[in-house]
Amino acid sequence: MDIFGIPLQAFMGQLLIGLINGSFYALLSLGLAVIFGLLNIINFTHGAQYMLGAFVAYLSLTHLGVNYWAALVLCPLVVGATGVVIERLMLKHLYKLDHLYGLLLTFGLALVIQGLFRNEFGSSGMPYPVPEVFQGVFNTGFMFLPKYRAWVIVASLVICLSTWYVIERTKLGAYLRAATENPSLVQAFGINVPRMITLTYGFGVGLAALAGVMAAPIYQVNPTMGADIIIVVFAVVVIGGMGSIMGSIVTGFGLGLIEGLTKVFYPEASATVIFVIMTVVLLIKPAGLFGTQK
Amino acid sequence: MKRNILTIAALAACTAFGAAQAQVSDGIVKIGVLNDMSGLYSDITGQGSVTAAKMAAEDYIKASKSALKVEVVGADHQNKPDVGSNIARQWFDTDKVDMIADVPTSSVGLAIAQIAKDKGKLHINSGSATADLTGKSCNANTIHWVYDTWMLANGTGKAIVKSGGNTWFFLTADYAFGHALERDTEAVVVKNGGKVVGKVRTPFPTQDFSSFLLQAQASKAKIIGLANAGGDTTNSIKQAFEFGITKGGQNLAGLLVFLPDVHSLSLEKAQGLMLTETFYWDLNDQTRAWSKRFAAANGGKYPSMVQAGVYSSVLHYLKAIDAAQTDDGTKVAAKMKELPTDDPLFGKGTVRADGRKVHPAYLFEVKKPAESKGPYDYYKLVATIPANEAFRPLSESDCPLVKK
Amino acid sequence: MKSNAASPTAAQSQAHVWVVFALMVAVLALAPIWVYPIFLMKVMCFALFACAFNLLLGFGGLLSFGHAMFLGSAGYAAAHASKIWGWNPEWCVLFGTLCSALLSLVVGALAIRRQGIYFAMITLALSQMVFFFCLQIPFTGGEDGIQAVPRGKLMGWVDLDDNQNMYVFVLAIFLACFLFIWRVVHSPFGQILKAIREHQDRATSLGYDTDTFKLIAFVISGALAGTAGATKSLVFQLASLTDVHWTMSGEVVLMTLVGGMGTLFGPVVGAAVIVTMQNYLAHLGAWVTVAQGVIFVLCVLAFRRGLVGEIAHKLKKSL
Repeated sequence: MDIFGIPLQAFMGQLLIGLINGSFYALLSLGLAVIFGLLNIINFTHGAQYMLGAFVAYLSLTHLGVNYWAALVLCPLVVGATGVVIERLMLKHLYKLDHLYGLLLTFGLALVIQGLFRNEFGSSGMPYPVPEVFQGVFNTGFMFLPKYRAWVIVASLVICLSTWYVIERTKLGAYLRAATENPSLVQAFGINVPRMITLTYGFGVGLAALAGVMAAPIYQVNPTMGADIIIVVFAVVVIGGMGSIMGSIVTGFGLGLIEGLTKVFYPEASATVIFVIMTVVLLIKPAGLFGTQK
Repeated sequence: MKRNILTIAALAACTAFGAAQAQVSDGIVKIGVLNDMSGLYSDITGQGSVTAAKMAAEDYIKASKSALKVEVVGADHQNKPDVGSNIARQWFDTDKVDMIADVPTSSVGLAIAQIAKDKGKLHINSGSATADLTGKSCNANTIHWVYDTWMLANGTGKAIVKSGGNTWFFLTADYAFGHALERDTEAVVVKNGGKVVGKVRTPFPTQDFSSFLLQAQASKAKIIGLANAGGDTTNSIKQAFEFGITKGGQNLAGLLVFLPDVHSLSLEKAQGLMLTETFYWDLNDQTRAWSKRFAAANGGKYPSMVQAGVYSSVLHYLKAIDAAQTDDGTKVAAKMKELPTDDPLFGKGTVRADGRKVHPAYLFEVKKPAESKGPYDYYKLVATIPANEAFRPLSESDCPLVKK
Repeated sequence: MKSNAASPTAAQSQAHVWVVFALMVAVLALAPIWVYPIFLMKVMCFALFACAFNLLLGFGGLLSFGHAMFLGSAGYAAAHASKIWGWNPEWCVLFGTLCSALLSLVVGALAIRRQGIYFAMITLALSQMVFFFCLQIPFTGGEDGIQAVPRGKLMGWVDLDDNQNMYVFVLAIFLACFLFIWRVVHSPFGQILKAIREHQDRATSLGYDTDTFKLIAFVISGALAGTAGATKSLVFQLASLTDVHWTMSGEVVLMTLVGGMGTLFGPVVGAAVIVTMQNYLAHLGAWVTVAQGVIFVLCVLAFRRGLVGEIAHKLKKSL
């Protein structure tokens, strides 16, 4: 059976691949949305922190023998800790200024981190092995799906939805949201707002690092992996509407799917389709699909 | 090792014997090694090429007792034509550089070739792939060493089709270089009785080739041709392994793959890959001896064919200077075309009128992990393509220097 | 984005600006005696690029993270005009400027709809689109770029292959555009722009159509960035993808930041500093990126006024 001239097998296969890419877009834009939505900081360093996650996983494997599962926990913590340091030392001073300074600072930090790693590791990329339990493929009948990629889809869905739940449906999340709206009032109620902000930044950064660890077995671990993906993620966040958690999750997966379909029907455009969509969304609904005009 | 020093000495002695001092500008022959020192090609070229050039200068002077003073400098063009042409201009205009060597990344190579011509200096390119350097963009001040897209397409394409790989599916990086590689290889495949059953253009650069590889798998072509380079190639190979494509009976043909790429991929992922190079450290005693010397000076990393090419081209360059008694770019280029080449790395060859250096090419297959005895022991030789067949024949060249 | 420069009061501040301007002209006119002229031409092109960018950021308060698209597309247009159509260089530069003006009209119309960070993100994403477009479309030559671009003969008889002639040409363009920007900043239009930057709602309540003003500023900025790009492609006889890559957009932000946002001479100084640093540290490879990142961070944290801004602050004058 053919869909638009493509055999059903190939079509379903591409959709699944699109979902996998969408998982990474969703994870990364989730981290960005958390940081922006709650802190009003544009974290340009997000791409570099994603790369850091992958590198810490690689380095801890080669030097300390830390396996993938431990890395999934260790790397977000380590990189998240560096995020906390960045926030305490640098970002904190910029809150009272125009938000664009935060953008410029994180841009500069991204350059520094990327430059340092490029110096140390070159650009070729390091191999990172797929964890043994996920080696091999599922034969789904219409494609051979590597087990690891299936894991990626499931894991990112779980992480995204639980993050959304915590922020939108729990008391802690309510405090966070309140603190963004009116920090002094919330602080007057006895809640340590600056510490919450720091930890939230650390959490967002940790999410990026987690995405990096999960990406390591699929893509080569190399210093430019963050720079390549960060602009696409920004487009995703603009389309979804910055500040809406659910918006970025849905948009991330959705755009991954659309990009996957474009690769089937018109591969030359697959790099630009997300930006084209962004343009269209901006014309029709400038606040983003799920955003509210702030 | 002794044998080749003697060869060099013998040839050089003929030119140096009884000859007056070469009229060298500023008294020094200054060679600028311009390449990628920090990016994608830093392992294939990079600091290693500078080392190779220095080795060549030392070996030549020691063997020929030439009175030449040679200085080697290096710079990073970051794979950008504007950075590269800036450095080249400054080198030629104010820094007294006489010859620029190496230059990977075709866009930069083309720019440097033009500048060398404008200023009457010399460019000996070992790193760029484009066959246009000896085709429509050729000039009297540019010589193309080591390899080009025509040789890659013909070497890999023809040899694979002849050995049974007659249905092809192309994964092509969607930019000029990828298109050229695909076009040239397709022509060769079809000419030799093969068939191209499909092709897909991948955005350049791409991290995730999964959907494209799936299409290749579905096409059931015996050979999946990778018309891409650098990170795209290594990513597609790595992901092909992940999808079990080679286990399913299809073979990958890497149209532009270097030894350091295979090293970073690991044999487990790259095994069975077919590729063409014009130099491999383990080909014969001479290449082995030189490569061990090189590795000792290069942090244990074995040479790529580009680095070997820098060594070989600098040797011939210095020989030509002594023979021509000058380091004027245009005259030395002419002399390099006059003298036949013979060095321990590429064997016997010539530099043709269009600037193309010809030497034999080799089709390799990457070993399985079990077949390898140690690091860098990666290739098994499948076929040798003689020098007169490996490169585009002069009759097909659209270089204006070639008289038809 | 609020400016950090001191605000001038009426006419008292113009005299010293003329002095600094004369100084700048003198330096640029004499420097080629000691410094490699091609390097100086590069500095001037980037200085113009940064000045154009600063018009939008420092005076208009709009951070565009995609200005490379104007630099690069004009460069391609001018290169094409010179190489394929054989036009004289002055027409090539004009053509490049026109093309980037049109592009900035389209981009601006889309981007102005949002403010602040969203504006920056949109310009970044649109410039990525332009990058991919330039990568694929055949006339740009993709990775190779447009090479061997002839410099041509100015007005048909001044041969620009002579570096001295070319230098005078570039200097003239730079000074003309600089004066134009100066004029724009100190015109009624410039005043309204500053008002919009300081408090957009108040400007609207005074009856100004803020969107139109912002768009005009965007187009002027984009057009002049195009002039810089077109001139640059003639100087180097090459138009390449580097000029449309987003890292180029980051560099012009850095130049403006280092030099001093919202000052007239800041971008010139900033461009000189950054281009010099890149040139002389080129052999250090990726350390240049690290150095640039560190400078970014330091400027944002501790040095927001930039070099010229600090000097202006100390002298309590506007520069």
